[in-house]
Amino acid sequence: MRILRAIFGHGSGRIGGVIVGVYLLIAILGLVGLTPHNPITQFRIDRLHAPNGAYWMGTDLFGRDVASRLMAGIGQSFTVAFFSVAFAALAGTVLGLAAAWLGRRWDGVVMRIMDVLLAFPAILLALLIVTVAGPGTWTSVVAIGIVYTPIFTRVVRGPALSLKAREFVDAARTFGSSSFYIVTRHLLLNLVAPLTVQVTLALAWALLTEAGLSFLGLGTQPPAASLGLMLSDSRNLMETAPWLMIFPGLTIMISILGFNLLGDALRDILDPRMRRAPA
Amino acid sequence: MNYLMRRLATFPLVLLGVSILVFVAIRMVPGDSITAMLGTEAGLLTPAQRDSLAAYFGIDQPWFVQYWRWIGGILHGNLGISVTYGRPVLDVILERFPLTLELAVLSMIIALIVGLPAGIFAATHNEKLSDLGVRIAAMIGQSTPSFVLGLLIIYTLSAGFGVLPAMGEFAPLWQDPLRNLSQLILPAITLGFAFAASVTRISRSAMLDVLSDDYVRTARSKGASARSVIWRHALPNALIPVVTLSGIEFGYLLGGAVIVEQIYALPGLGRMVLDAILQRDYALVQGAVLFIAFNFMIVNLLVDLAYVGLDPRIRLGEQ
Repeated sequence: MRILRAIFGHGSGRIGGVIVGVYLLIAILGLVGLTPHNPITQFRIDRLHAPNGAYWMGTDLFGRDVASRLMAGIGQSFTVAFFSVAFAALAGTVLGLAAAWLGRRWDGVVMRIMDVLLAFPAILLALLIVTVAGPGTWTSVVAIGIVYTPIFTRVVRGPALSLKAREFVDAARTFGSSSFYIVTRHLLLNLVAPLTVQVTLALAWALLTEAGLSFLGLGTQPPAASLGLMLSDSRNLMETAPWLMIFPGLTIMISILGFNLLGDALRDILDPRMRRAPA
Repeated sequence: MNYLMRRLATFPLVLLGVSILVFVAIRMVPGDSITAMLGTEAGLLTPAQRDSLAAYFGIDQPWFVQYWRWIGGILHGNLGISVTYGRPVLDVILERFPLTLELAVLSMIIALIVGLPAGIFAATHNEKLSDLGVRIAAMIGQSTPSFVLGLLIIYTLSAGFGVLPAMGEFAPLWQDPLRNLSQLILPAITLGFAFAASVTRISRSAMLDVLSDDYVRTARSKGASARSVIWRHALPNALIPVVTLSGIEFGYLLGGAVIVEQIYALPGLGRMVLDAILQRDYALVQGAVLFIAFNFMIVNLLVDLAYVGLDPRIRLGEQ
C-alpha cells in the first residue's frame, strides 16, 4: 500500500501507473474475450473499413475488427511479457544467489555461462530458440526468458556479494542459521528493491522483444492476433489503410512507455541514492 | 596491463561456450540443410547424390567430428562453406559486415550529436520547463520501438511527400558515397532515435551528478565562467557513463539490426543470420554468431579501457 501511494505521489510514476493499469485491464478483457467483436471473425463485406462507429479502429484486409484484435494482441503480448520476465527473474535470482553464496568455482562457472549468453546477440539467441522449438506463444516465453536471465543474474549477484560480507550475515551464521535461511531471509529480502525495478524495466524490454519476434513472423502465429504481426501485415497497406499501422504502433509504444515510466519512478522511490538525479 | 591480459584470457573460454551453444542449437532446428537449400528439387536427388552433397558440406559426420573439424578450421581461419551461398562463410560475412558497421557508426554519431547536447542542456536547465520537455522527449524516444519508428518514417515520406526511401541494390560507401548515404540515413535515424534518447537521459543524470560535486563548486567560486565549468570541469567526468552506454549499444548494433534491415530491405548481418537460421545453413549461422560475439567482446573491452583514459583514478581489475 505504501509503495502504491509512493508511486502515485511521483510525477512519472502516476502516469506510468495509470498506463500500466489501463493496459492490464484491456489485456484481461482481451484474454477473456470481452472484445467489441470476435478478433478472428472476418466481416468480408467490411474489408479495409476506416475507423467508424461500428469498428472504432477500422478493419483489416480480411474484414477483422482492428480494435478487437488489438485487445486480444495486448492480452497476448502481456502474457508473454509477464511469464518470460517471471522466468528470467526466477532463474536469474536463483543463479545469482547461488553464485554469490557458493562463491569461488560456482561463481566462476555461473558467471562464465552468463557471459556466453550475454555475448550471444540477444535477438538472434531468441530467434534461434524459436526456430528450434517452433514459433508460438510459449516458445516466445522461454526464448525471451532465457535471453534476460543473465541480466537478472548480474543484478542479483553484485549486491548479494556485498551483502554476504556484511556483519549481520556473520551474526546470523554465528547464531547457527542455515545457509538457506540466510540466503532467503537476509540476502533475498534485501534484494527486493533492485529486483522490483529490474522487473518493471524488463517488462518493457520483453514487450519490445515479443513484438519484434512476432513482427518477424516468429512469435504468435496467425490467425491469433499479436501486435507485432499486425504491424508487419500493415506494411503493404500503409497508404490505403494507415490505421492498420498507426493503432498497433501507438499501442506498443505507449505500453513500453508505461513500464519505463513506472520503472523509473520505482527506481527513484526504492533507491534513495538515485533520488538526487531523477532522469 | 595485467587486467588486459586477464580479460583477454577469458575470451577463448567465452567464445568456446558460444561456439558450443550455437553448434548444438542450430542442429536442433528441425529439418536438414540440403532439403532447405534445394527446396522441392531435393526430392529429385538420388540417395547417392544426397550423400555426396552431405559429404561435401561435412554434415555426414557424427556431431563431435563436425564440431572438431569446425574448431580446427577456425584456428586456420576457415569457417567452412555456406550451404546457401556455396562460398566460404568468412567471405559472406565480410561482404555483409561493412553495411552493418557503417549503420552502427552512423547511428552512434546521430545519437551522440543529438543526445549529448540535449542531455547537457537539460542538466543545466534542471527543473525548468525546457528540462521537462527534453525529459519527456527522451522518454518517448526510448519507448519507441525501431520497427514502429521505421514504419512511421516510411509512411510519412510516402503519404506526405510521395517519396520512398532509397532501396534497391545496396551501394557500398567507397563505390558511390552519395547513394550509399541516401540508403543508410533513414535506417540510421531509425536506430539512432532510441539510442539518442538513452544518451540524453544518461548524460543528463551524469551531468547533474557531477555538477553537484565539490570540485565544480570550487571552480565556480574561483570565478570560472559557466561555460568553462561545464565544458572543462564537468563534462569529462560526466562522459564516463555515456561512453559505457554508447559502447554497449554500439556492440549490440554490430550484431546487425534484424528488424530495421528487414524494414529497409538492407543486406546486413542481421538479416543474413536470420535467413541462415531459416535455411539451416549450419556453417553460416555458427560462423556469424561467433564473429558477432567476438566483436561484442572486443567493443566491451575497449569501453573498459576508455574508462581509464577518461578517469585516471580508475584502476581496472581492482575490487
